[in-house]
Formats: sequence, structure tokens, C-alpha cells
Amino acid sequence: MGEVSVKLTVNGQPRAATVEPRVTLADFLREQLQLTGTHLGCEHGVCGACTVLVDGAAVRSCLMFAVQADGAEVTTIEGIGSPDGGLSAVQSAFRDCHGLQCGFCTPGFVVSVTAFLRDHPNPTDPEIREALSGNLCRCTGYQGIVNAVQQAAGAARRGELR
Amino acid sequence: MTERAADGGARYAGARVHRVEDDRLLTGRGTFVDDVSLPGMLHACFVRSPIARAAIQRIDTSAALALPGVRFVFTAADLNPGVREQWHTTIGKEMPETPRPPLAEGEVRFVGDPVALVVAESRYLAEDAAELVEVDYEPLPAVVDYTEAEHAKALVHESHGSNVIAQLTTVPASAFDEVFASAAHVASETIYQQAYAPVPIEGRGLVVDYSSVTGDLTIHASTQTPHEVRLFCSRLLGMPEERVRVVTRDTGGGFGQKVMVQRDEMCLMLAGPVVGAPLKWVEDRRENLLAAGKSRQEHAAVKMAFDADGAIQAAYIDFVQDCGAYPTPWPLFPAAAVGTFFPGPYRVPRGGFAVKTLYTNTVGRAPYRGPWQFESLAREVLLDIAARQMHVDPAELRRRNLLRRDELPYKNPNGMNYDNISPLETFEQALAMLDYAKFRAEQAEARSAGRYLGVGLANYVEASTPGYGVYGTEPATIRIAPTGRITVYVAGGSSGNSIETTVVQLTADALGAKIEDVDTVQGDTAVTGFGAGTAGSRSGSMTAGAVRETAAVLRERILAIAAHELGVAIEDIELADSRASVRAKPAVGVSFKDLAALADAPAGLEASARYTANSPSIWVNATHVCTCEVDVATGRVQLLRYIVSEDCGPMINPNVVEGQIAGGTVQGIGGVLFEHLAYDDDGNPVATTFMDYLLPTAAEVPAIEFGHIETPSPGPGGYKGVGEGGAIGAPPAVVNAVADALSPFGVKITRLPLGPSQIVALLDR
Repeated sequence: MGEVSVKLTVNGQPRAATVEPRVTLADFLREQLQLTGTHLGCEHGVCGACTVLVDGAAVRSCLMFAVQADGAEVTTIEGIGSPDGGLSAVQSAFRDCHGLQCGFCTPGFVVSVTAFLRDHPNPTDPEIREALSGNLCRCTGYQGIVNAVQQAAGAARRGELR
Repeated sequence: MTERAADGGARYAGARVHRVEDDRLLTGRGTFVDDVSLPGMLHACFVRSPIARAAIQRIDTSAALALPGVRFVFTAADLNPGVREQWHTTIGKEMPETPRPPLAEGEVRFVGDPVALVVAESRYLAEDAAELVEVDYEPLPAVVDYTEAEHAKALVHESHGSNVIAQLTTVPASAFDEVFASAAHVASETIYQQAYAPVPIEGRGLVVDYSSVTGDLTIHASTQTPHEVRLFCSRLLGMPEERVRVVTRDTGGGFGQKVMVQRDEMCLMLAGPVVGAPLKWVEDRRENLLAAGKSRQEHAAVKMAFDADGAIQAAYIDFVQDCGAYPTPWPLFPAAAVGTFFPGPYRVPRGGFAVKTLYTNTVGRAPYRGPWQFESLAREVLLDIAARQMHVDPAELRRRNLLRRDELPYKNPNGMNYDNISPLETFEQALAMLDYAKFRAEQAEARSAGRYLGVGLANYVEASTPGYGVYGTEPATIRIAPTGRITVYVAGGSSGNSIETTVVQLTADALGAKIEDVDTVQGDTAVTGFGAGTAGSRSGSMTAGAVRETAAVLRERILAIAAHELGVAIEDIELADSRASVRAKPAVGVSFKDLAALADAPAGLEASARYTANSPSIWVNATHVCTCEVDVATGRVQLLRYIVSEDCGPMINPNVVEGQIAGGTVQGIGGVLFEHLAYDDDGNPVATTFMDYLLPTAAEVPAIEFGHIETPSPGPGGYKGVGEGGAIGAPPAVVNAVADALSPFGVKITRLPLGPSQIVALLDR
């Protein structure tokens, strides 16, 4: 199958590659760029584990082809914290509130919540639950995750999301 | 309470400390099996049966093999003869394993049955090639409905001669005819639970890496039991166990599904040494829902006799379970447990059970958190039905029958000897947290306004931490390096249960070390001793024993060296903050770092020991209370409050305890309201995506409130297992809440799930 060249920015770094047109953005990130923090839980757009930011919007990278991200700015879980390994406000809140257990769905939640709080720094509890309903977690029963979003919203209001 | 405040140092057990797992998992630096990438690695994909039962007449692999990049297509004839022995360490060689050929041989027995294994240079190519494998099937009559399996003409396994796998009756129901005939009240129902499944967000997967030069086989596995995978594989392939190494870093949820070695995994073990390169298989969601195993799917005729005061006189359960075509071994054991635990935490003077396990042409049964939770579902639902019949409040009926502390130990009629539990205390605590009387008043007011609220109660007692066989032993090694770093090595098998943090907390306390000085290595069979992994609510309570035994040896050495170095008696030394100091003069001391260097630089200080359980199980109990509102027009159930009061003894980390309870509880809620691993009448699965198999999301789940009662167990630290209870207590609490809300309509709920359509149908009846 013929390959197509793509150029994009991933976590602030320009990347160029050739890919088969059928390769999903998720597989491209995981396999070609070896950014394995983006996880695949269903590969049909329901579980949200593969959520990344594409030009700032939270998208499911299993539902997008890599070629569709040509020219885009992509942020994965590896690009959410500070480069020295420090946690973002959302990541810290997940740790403080026991918002993760096995950690497989966690990157998708962290990315989704980061985008949500950037756009909604003052969410109500129902808004938080609605926003989280696009990501599935099987370990936590969502208790610690909801608490983490509430904690991180405080940081969002202070403009300290990253 | 053996380990409390042994020395003056910081106490980490009992504190909500940050998890050591979190930094890597939050930043995308975890290592799940699909993150393992080895040079030259090949990728596997299964060809699976599209038919519930059929004879395989021909398999043509030529088109698949002709595709560039495809290396192998294996069928049963290639892989199955490689099987040497096939049994689990935790079950034993003597227990009969039901037939589990790696690839389907001659006949497919469920939709999803693996027929061929394609190996190619990429997953994409392997999937392309799998579509090119031509299989001719001759459809055969399938046994789909387990309730008809026993008398069906078709046999799932011809060689077995029957669709009944095994059955067991302790006492026939007729033995209690007189008690039931003379009882003031009798409640009797048949209660059904549908199929649902663990559904970890990470599916199953393996990377098998064989070196033909050294004969070493390394398996990277998504598993709860790395040491079992190693021993099972060594026997399966007839390889010396020391040649097999299993490495498990992060496992993305298991909930029982990743305890046993399944057929797909056997195929990878068999193919790995043949393909000449590392071989990866990671199942996709469809495969997980098709072939990773189902759970629940069972029913029972249950009955209870009561005297005029509502005291239980006898309880009997006649239980039938669907095990699918290829259950993990050994199906009768968890089925029998449904019988033995049916009396629950109540005063039940007489009782018995009969259980039956059946084959069908559906996916095989696999363990799921609280594999025998049907005992609680059936009992608690029946108690509510009985209370309504007797015009007694369901809380009052339970209160009259719950075991009191002064009655312990108490042997239930099936021989289970309960002790160190507090069912009445958790019950009263949970009711007080709700303010039960106030809720009843609100419910009455709401009803007069045409709104239907309900409250559901459920009590259970479960046997955690099995202490028999290989489950009853767990090792640890602790090493203090000359750098001062302390590393604790345990068998592992974490799949989200925070056992890394638990072990670090316990080790820091046991040695008097700072928690930040302690690391842990788990899940690598090359550097850890055999342990049975995460199953049976055992990890925390068993590993606590291993750490205690090992740290005790190391403490003695630390104390001896420190006493010698500081010139005082051993009794005058205390250990705290990674330092040995003189009790009377805390400024005089020596750090663990210096002690390790003094002891044997560069090796440092090291000890290994193994804990052996001192009881056959550790009992743990809880009460679940749930309130809901049911929209009688749409059938929608909204959960309002959810309260769990549990007694898991002292908590090592309350965050972890509450996280385990919440996770299990939401799985139980999902099992009642949303999840159904359904088949159509022809045996076709109809829930193979997350658009059909509905998991609960944050929008459907209420905030969970926790109450704790602390009755120490006889085990190390007084700890108990708490991993499974949420999934046991939640289903009956939710069912009873819905039934209570609908009681003005005379609705009786005896079948699950309770989706909107089922509720509307109940109301229309």
C-alpha cells in the first residue's frame, strides 16, 4: 500500500514521517513516534483512552487517520506535564484524589479534563460528570476522578492549569 | 494489631499516602504489554469462528500466506500437538480440567472460538491475512440457552457425554420439607442473573520472546498472576521452569479475567518458539467481548422459612450456572461456593444446597470479582421479597436475623465458620448514615406526589485471603543497598490494586524507614519468589505477612550491627526515619545507609522469607445501602445515594480501600442496570462493542459514601481482603432499591438486568 508523507507538531516538536493512509493517528503516535502513553481501549471511539489534543481540541486518535493530522499541532499525555517530569495541575489532582488505579484509561482522562477545564474553569458537578462521560474507567467507579476534576478546577480558575 | 507502633518512627499504614505507581501512569510512562516493542517483533491475529457450533471441514491458508509480510498461519494441527501438560498451579494436577484445546480442533463451539493464528510483520497485515483464511464450516445444532442445556439433544462436548459438567448436592431440598411445611412464613423464588463480564479497559495480551540460542523464553504478559503464567507455560511446552521468565509491569485492569491462562494465550506460548522472532498478540475490544470469557449467567430456586417473629428457620438454594463451551478450571468450585455462602451473615440454623454447572455453545466462563456473588444477590433479593410478604420492614427483618458479635465464631449450616466480623455494626452504621427513618418519610411524601423513590439494603460476608494450597504462601525479599535505598521484592500481579504502594508503606513501617527511601520490584519472575498473584482478595493481606516475616529478619540484623557499632545493648536501639539510634540519646545513631555499608559492602543488607497463612480464610463483611428514583414512564433508574459500610480490619491506605470498594460497587451497579453480554437465539453475540455493551460512566454513578468498622482479623496486621466486596454487595442493593421504588405497583423483580425496557415491561405486566 502506498505511503503518504505527513508533517505535524507533536508535543512542541516538528515531526515528519511517511505513513499508510489507513494508519490511525493513535497507531502512528504509538508505533511510529513511540509515544505509548496514548492507549487503545476500544478502537471504535467510545472509551476515550486514546484522547489527544489536535489543535487544542480533545479528539479520539483511534477515529482519525494520521494523514488527517497533517499540519496539525498534537499534544499527547507525554506533553501534558512539564518537560522535567513535573505533573500538571490535572495530573497532580488525579494523584492527590486517587483518581487512577490501573492507569490504563488515565492518559485519556487527563487529556480530556485538561481541555475541559481550559474551556470551563468553573464547572458544576453535573457539568463535570457530563464532561467525563466520554471516557470509560473500570477501576475507580469515577469517585476519585470527579474529586480530582473539582480540585483541578481551582487551579484552572487561577490560570494554573499547566 | 501485631504491627502497630512497634517503634517510634513515622507510621505509614493507615495513612492516605500518595501512590508510587502514579507518576509513571499519569505521564504516559507506564509499561503495558502493548507498549513492549522488541526488535524484529511479529504480530499475531486470530481467525475466529462466526458460528456457534459447526464442524470445520476445510481450512485454506494459501491466500493468507501469499500476502507479502505474512510469515505463518497456524491451525490446530500445527499448535495443539505441542501441548505437554495443561494445569494451573493454584488448582493442581489432580483436578480434572475441562477440555481446552488451544485452537479449535474439528469443531467450533462458540462464536469467537479461535480457529487459526496468523503471524505477520504488522498487526495491520495480520488482520488483512486473517480475512483471507478460508474456513468451510458445516453448521451443527447449538446449545445456546443454558436452561435447556441439560436435556438438549446436541452435546457441546461429545466426549463428555452430557452437557452437565458436574453437580453437587450437600443435602436434598426434601430434607427440609417438614421445616418449610410448618413454618409461619415461607419465601420462595427463582432468581436469574444475566451474563456480564469484567471488561478491563486493557484487553488481554502477551509478547512471547524465545531465544533458540539459549533456549530461554521470556513472556511479557498482561496478567494478575505472573508466576502462574510462568509455571503453566513451562508445563504446557514441557520446558524446564527456569528457562521461562514472565515480566509484568503494568496491567490495565483484570478483575479476575487475567487470573487463569486462557486458550488464546496458550496459542501464543506454543507459537512463540516456532516463529523465530518475538511475537505479540494484544486483543481488541471485539475479541475481549467475544472470547475473553463471560461471568454471572446463572439462576437459582431459593427458599427461606421463617417463624412467626421473622427468625430464619432454614435456607435452601438450588443453583444452576452457565459455563459456556470452555470455562477456565475448575467450574464446580465457584459454583459450590454459591451454595456454601448462601446463608450469609445471618443466623440460619438449617440449610443446604444443590449446584449444577452446564456447558453451552457460548464463550467460556471466566472468573470475575466475587465469582460467587450470586449467593448474596439471591439471598438479599429473597429477604426483601419475604419482608414484603410478611409486611415487615426489610431493615427490621435483617436486624432480627443478623449475627451479633457475641455469637461468634458461628458455623453456618454449610460448614463455614465465621469469625472476626461485624455484620450488625456495619448494618446499623450504614442505616444511620442514610437516616433510614427520614428516607422512609421522604419516600412517602414523594409517592403522594407521584414520584417513586426506593431504598435497597444488602449485607454480605465473604471469605478473603484463601489460606490453602499455594494461595496460603507469599514471599518477600528486602534489600538495603549501601546507598541507603531499600528495595522490596514481591511476586506481584498488580492490575490496579495499588499493591506497590501497599508494600512500600508496610516495609517502611516494618523497618522504621522513611517511605521515600523504599522502592519495590514486582511482577518479574526472574527476581521474585513464587506467589499466587492478585486473586481472592489476597494481595494486601498476604503480602503484609510476607513483608512482616522478611522485615523481622532484617530488623534483627540491623539491630545487632547497630548495637555493636554504637556500643549499646540491642534493647536500647530504636529504628525510625531510616536510622538506628540509642533510645535514651536519639542524637546518637547510625543511618541505614551506613549500616548497609558496614554490613557487607557492596552487597548491603538483604533478607528473604516466606509467610504461610494461619487460617483457611479471612472473613470480611459489609453493608450496602442504595437509594434511587425510578421514572415509571421511561423506566429510567437514577441512583440518589450510595452508602457502603465495610469492615476490612485496619486500613493500610484508606484511599486504596475506598477505591477498591467504589470500583467494585460501580461494576455491580453496571451489572444490574447496564451491562449484558447477550446472545441471540442462534448463539450470535450481540454486544461486541462499547456501543452495545454499556459500561457505567461518571454521569450515571452517584457519589459513594464510606463507613468503616474495624474488627481485626487473625492475620498479619489484622488486615483483611477488600478487593472483591463492592461487586458482591452492589447488585442486590440496587435491585432491592428498584423493587422498593416499584412496590406500590406490586412489581416483583427476579430477573436481571434492569434496563429501562425491562422496567417498563415489569410495570406493564
